[in-house]
Parts: sequence; C-alpha cells; structure tokens
Amino acid sequence: MKITVNGEARITEAKSLEELCRELGFTEVKIATARNGDFVPAKGREAVALAEGDAIEVLSPRQGG
Amino acid sequence: MSSRANGAAEAPDVLTLYGEPVQSRLLLGTSLYPSPDIMRRSVEASGASILTVSLRRESSRDAGAGSRFWDMVKGFGARVLPNTAGCHTPREAITTAQMAREVFETNWVKLEVIANDDTLQPEVFGLVEAAEVLCRDGFQVFPYCTEDLSVAERLLGAGCQVLMPWAAPIGTGRGLMNPYGLRSLRAYFPDTPLIVDAGIGAPSHAAEAMEMGFDGILLNTAVAKAHDSVAMATAFAKAIEAGRLAYRAGIMPPRDMASPSTPVAGLAFIDAARAS
Repeated sequence: MKITVNGEARITEAKSLEELCRELGFTEVKIATARNGDFVPAKGREAVALAEGDAIEVLSPRQGG
Repeated sequence: MSSRANGAAEAPDVLTLYGEPVQSRLLLGTSLYPSPDIMRRSVEASGASILTVSLRRESSRDAGAGSRFWDMVKGFGARVLPNTAGCHTPREAITTAQMAREVFETNWVKLEVIANDDTLQPEVFGLVEAAEVLCRDGFQVFPYCTEDLSVAERLLGAGCQVLMPWAAPIGTGRGLMNPYGLRSLRAYFPDTPLIVDAGIGAPSHAAEAMEMGFDGILLNTAVAKAHDSVAMATAFAKAIEAGRLAYRAGIMPPRDMASPSTPVAGLAFIDAARAS
C-alpha cells in the first residue's frame, strides 16, 4: 500500500504502525508517532492498522529554542 | 531605602514553576550553536537548569540522531522544556505536545502556536484553545504569548500557571519592544510567574526585564549566535542575576530635577562673589 512517512511517499507491506517502525529501522531509537494528525503512543502502535493513504509522522528529539 | 529593608535581597529567592523550584532564572534554548561542544559549554556557563528542546522528523538515513541528541541533553542534568515550535494550528500543537510528553517524559510544554512565519508572533486564539485542551489533559503549559492582558487572562483561565510573553519577535534580538505593555502585565499579574521569552538580544535587555520584576528570561539565539557563545552565556547569567537583585533591592524612581549626592552642608564658600 502507498502511504507517506514524514512527508515522503512510501510503498509498504507493513500491517501495523509498529511493523512500519521496524521496517524503517526505528527499533532502538527514541521516537514518537502520529497517524493522520493524531498521536499514537508507543504502546498503541501494534494495534494501529495502516491504511492506504495514511500520513505517518515519526519524530525524535532535536534542538529547540 | 530604609535601613529596615537593607539585606532583604539576601533572603532566599527561589523561582517556583508548577511547584518545582528552579535554580536559575535563565532558561536556555539548545538550538543554533556552532557545535555540540559549544552548546554544552554554553549551558554550563549559563547555569541554566531548564533547557528547551523540540521534536523533528526522524530520518531512516540517520536513525538515532534524535536519541544521540537526547542522551547528550540528559547528560547536562537540566530539566527539559519541550516546545511546539513551528506549529500553526491548535491541532498541530496538541499532537506535538502529546508526542513530546512521551519522548521527553515530562508534562511540561512550551506551547507555541504561530500566526505568521515572518513575525513568528503567537496566534493567540489558537494558543488559548490549545492551552485549554492540554491543561485538561494534565499538561503543565508554558504559553508563548504576547503582553496582551486579555489573552493572559484567558490563558490563566485555561489553567496555565506560568506565562511567557515575548519581548520581540523570535530571533530578532530587538529587546523589549513594548516596555509599557510588559510593565502593565507584570503589575496586573503580580503573583503569576512571568518569563520573558523571545526577542532578547543583549544582556541589557534581559536586565531591563528583570528590573521590571519579571521572573525569568528564556533565550536562545542571542547566546547561540554570539561570536563567543560561552562568554555570552556568562554575560546573560550575570545580567539576569543583577536585574533580579536590583528589582528586589528597589530601584529609585527617576526625577526631573538634579539633586546633589555630595552633602551641601559644610560646603566651603571659597569664591566670595558667588556667596553674595
């Protein structure tokens, strides 16, 4: 299915948000996720099924003012 | 100042934000430094015990960059204040705050809802709306706001216990653009912690705000973009401390007419012509 991850188009077979994060290599890193503008807590990623056209955001700590 | 008041400024003077005592009245950003090492040394020189941080997109090409930054910041031993910088709508800010709470493991959030990319001024209607939602959700909100009294009242009504009015647009370094408005805000909310956030360019700007009675200063660019960030961090720390001390000591009101500081009594009348 075709989704976007951090604004970039991506073809994935991942069934869940958790599976997508593994596919992206974000397994041992500090991240937070959102699907279609809604926050998805880490514990909820496995239960969130991906759908065609989903917009996923994967954020991590950065410098800030 | 009466002798009764002398020494009052030596009494304990601890800033408390959401029930947490804060050691330094300088809150420092972690962005724009020439290098991580200069950031680290600047943080140490500033004495800041609260550092602002953000969330940005993680990249598969550099997976772990965020974790490395977070590990470094944790090593500073300071408390972090995640921001919602760049958010233009309440929904963006709320989602970002929720994500930040999970990653940084804190209920504190510096709430920014931006109205305009050129001025980076707060979008105050969206700010109040987001603050209401986040306060209900257990966040302890530090709203980046203007000096507008009615907006401040709405934010306090929403549950904010700290306000962070701007001095000038973010990154401009122009100092206190509306001293009257800031002074009014201070007078109107004497018991609310007020931290001037954004637009501070020079230590004198910070001292001016502290002399007005503001409780702290949040800044980033003025230190990070200084020729010598570490020295500038020290300069700001001293200015903020001096401004606070001066406020507590009681600054003399300005006068229109001159008044000699050297005693007039006992003055020798050497020129007889002037004495007559």
